[in-house]
Amino acid sequence: MENSVAYEKATELRLGLPGIDEPAVLSSVKNNKRPLHDEKSGENGKSAQNETAPPSKAQIVGWPPVQSYRKNNFQQAKKSESECGGIYVKVSMDGAPYLRKIDLKVYKGYPELLQVLENMFKFTIGEYSEREGYKGSDYEPTYEDKDGDWMLVGDVPWEMFITSCKRLRIMKGSEARGLSCSGV
Amino acid sequence: MAEQMSDDDERQQSPPSDLDFTSNKARTCIVTGSVSGHTEFQSLYPDQVLENVLENVLHFLTSRRDRNSASLVCKSWYRVEALTRSELFIGNCYAVSPARATARFTRVRALHLKGRPRFADFNLMPPDWGAHFNPWVLAFAKACPWLEKVYLKRMSVTDDDLATLAESFLGFKELVLVCCDGFGTSGLAIFISKCRQLKVLDLIESEVSDDETDWISCFPEGESHLESLIFDCVECPINFEALERLVARSPSLKKLRLNRYVSIGQLYRLMVQAPQLTHLGTGSFSPSEVAGQGDQEPDYVTTFAACKSLVCLSGFREIIPDYLPAIYPICANLTSLNFSYANITAEQLKPIISNCHKLQVFWVLDSICDEGLKAVAATCKELRELRVFPVDAREDSDGPVSEVGFQAISEGCRKLQSILYFCQRMTNAAVIAMSRNCPDLVVFRLCIMGRHRPDHVTGEPMDDGFGAIVMNCKKLTRLAVSGLLTDKAFDYIGRYGKLVRTLSVAFAGDSDMALKYVLEGCPQLQKLEIRDSPFGDAALCSGLHHYYNMRFLWMSSCRLTHQGCQQIARAMPRLVVEVIRSADEEEVYDRVQTLYMYRSLEGPRNDAPKFVTIL
Repeated sequence: MENSVAYEKATELRLGLPGIDEPAVLSSVKNNKRPLHDEKSGENGKSAQNETAPPSKAQIVGWPPVQSYRKNNFQQAKKSESECGGIYVKVSMDGAPYLRKIDLKVYKGYPELLQVLENMFKFTIGEYSEREGYKGSDYEPTYEDKDGDWMLVGDVPWEMFITSCKRLRIMKGSEARGLSCSGV
Repeated sequence: MAEQMSDDDERQQSPPSDLDFTSNKARTCIVTGSVSGHTEFQSLYPDQVLENVLENVLHFLTSRRDRNSASLVCKSWYRVEALTRSELFIGNCYAVSPARATARFTRVRALHLKGRPRFADFNLMPPDWGAHFNPWVLAFAKACPWLEKVYLKRMSVTDDDLATLAESFLGFKELVLVCCDGFGTSGLAIFISKCRQLKVLDLIESEVSDDETDWISCFPEGESHLESLIFDCVECPINFEALERLVARSPSLKKLRLNRYVSIGQLYRLMVQAPQLTHLGTGSFSPSEVAGQGDQEPDYVTTFAACKSLVCLSGFREIIPDYLPAIYPICANLTSLNFSYANITAEQLKPIISNCHKLQVFWVLDSICDEGLKAVAATCKELRELRVFPVDAREDSDGPVSEVGFQAISEGCRKLQSILYFCQRMTNAAVIAMSRNCPDLVVFRLCIMGRHRPDHVTGEPMDDGFGAIVMNCKKLTRLAVSGLLTDKAFDYIGRYGKLVRTLSVAFAGDSDMALKYVLEGCPQLQKLEIRDSPFGDAALCSGLHHYYNMRFLWMSSCRLTHQGCQQIARAMPRLVVEVIRSADEEEVYDRVQTLYMYRSLEGPRNDAPKFVTIL
């Protein structure tokens, strides 16, 4: 029974990118559950009832009502942050009193990242060019890569950047200019 | 620890305690028949004497409820009460504005504010909803610079706010932040360095961002006044040497709760410096990785034994159970024990719990299984509060505890007043048994983690169990229900739950009738939080007579429409009706994803984010 369901799913014709599952059905599969009334108020606006839901249930937001700091304590192995899905790096800016932390996985590319940094620290980044780095402002976003080298943000393709970036630093003034002239 | 651990700190009944200002009800003064005013000062000597006497007498009035009542007697009493109120409690920070609060109460020493609704703890609300401390700290800095204590729950506090606190209030003594966020270790550093009189710094279940600042080192040199330092929720390493020096120069320190970055060896060193501690959070309770092979283990047992005043123990964040015997000497004195981060078995628990005869508050993980609970029931005859948390908080996980342990507790711990119990299996019989064995129950929160799960023996809904609780537990003020529940359960609640103030409902009920029963039947209801239940606009309307008596109503993923909520908003001008969209929600027809409404003197707030619509 289950095999045929899986086979059907695999050969199903539908519009959509490969590798994306259908939205998980959120109803209980316990067979002692009474039939639900017309419950359209399930999470994310999807209808909730389906007695033949797939065996593994999607987890409902906020249920059971245990705060996340309690839930996180008991992963079998201590998961590193990247295993949990996020790539967190610290961001500092010269002259700013506080450090910040961001999740690089959330952003789709450099423009979004730079926008976020601008908003976070309330400054403007200049225009980027491969040859001359960032022009038009005193600040330049830089990052420390896996080898410990300080690089200019934007010099490598985005995918390579998010896997090699260890921390970000928004440099100010002449120090920044020194980096941009070093070339790729 | 009891006062901080217990959620239900409300002992006040009507008149409403968070909405103290009912100036339109004040009658003219009985004695003189004239309106009290500034000019009266010279003329009527008997009045002046009366006011002085009144002021002296009202100083002794501490209960919020009594003060609220006193303020309603007449304008004179209203004024004097306002002058003598030193502790100001505001249960919903949006119910009243900082300006109004500071205008009325000018001599406040302690401010207690609550912000976000509780369901925000479970990610049911996008972040940045509100509850900012900032306008409050600014208003009080100007109007009430003698403020000494601030207690915040579920509020957003920034580093700047912490700086303002320390800079604007010269005698500031106590800061308690529960379930707060928005600040980091740099904010703490500034606060600590400027607060010369600090006695209490308690960070409880709060999110503190790691700005890599060594805040522990910021305590001023010389003898410190510190009585309580709680930072077990701070998720970043600390400068241990600085902490050790701090503890050594804090002779008044009674409460110390360490975070998980403090190893057991370091704990030992601190305890040697502070045998006078009454409340201890042990940190990781495991050795640091750098311990050498041949290092001598310190004598933990003797050190614990030396702490003769220790009554409240918590921590055990990364426990190595081999070290548990260290706490044997103090078990007999403990009134409060928090093992809710310690993944231990029944066998590991038994030698400890069998000595805890005086235990009143016990928090634990379900890893101890029904067997562990039986051991608790066998010894802890004084138990007042029990919380059993799940190691594996998922709907379909194995449940190591069930109705068996639950019933054992009810039979052994007859003085139980408060229970929070997460499980996968429960029976009506066990719940009924508890309702009979534990008549003193004030707080009953049962969370059967699988949604809509019935009595696993009979297959029946859990209606009768919860019905018995409201029927037999005559002091019940807080109730959280779960499992398969029909409208009948709510009929019981409406009929018998006459003292219920807080009710939590999830995935329950069949129809609007359920909500009607509750709104029409429970006159003391103040806080109602509902999720994923089939209640619609008609049910919402049935509470119109009562909403001004409530602190708030939360309904998410129910069957409310915009029109329905709009109707309420129009009918009740003093109610703020917020419709909250989740970040990635598409609008489903006309459905309201989340309704959060509360009474307020101020009308719609001006700091609502984009995803909130105020009707």
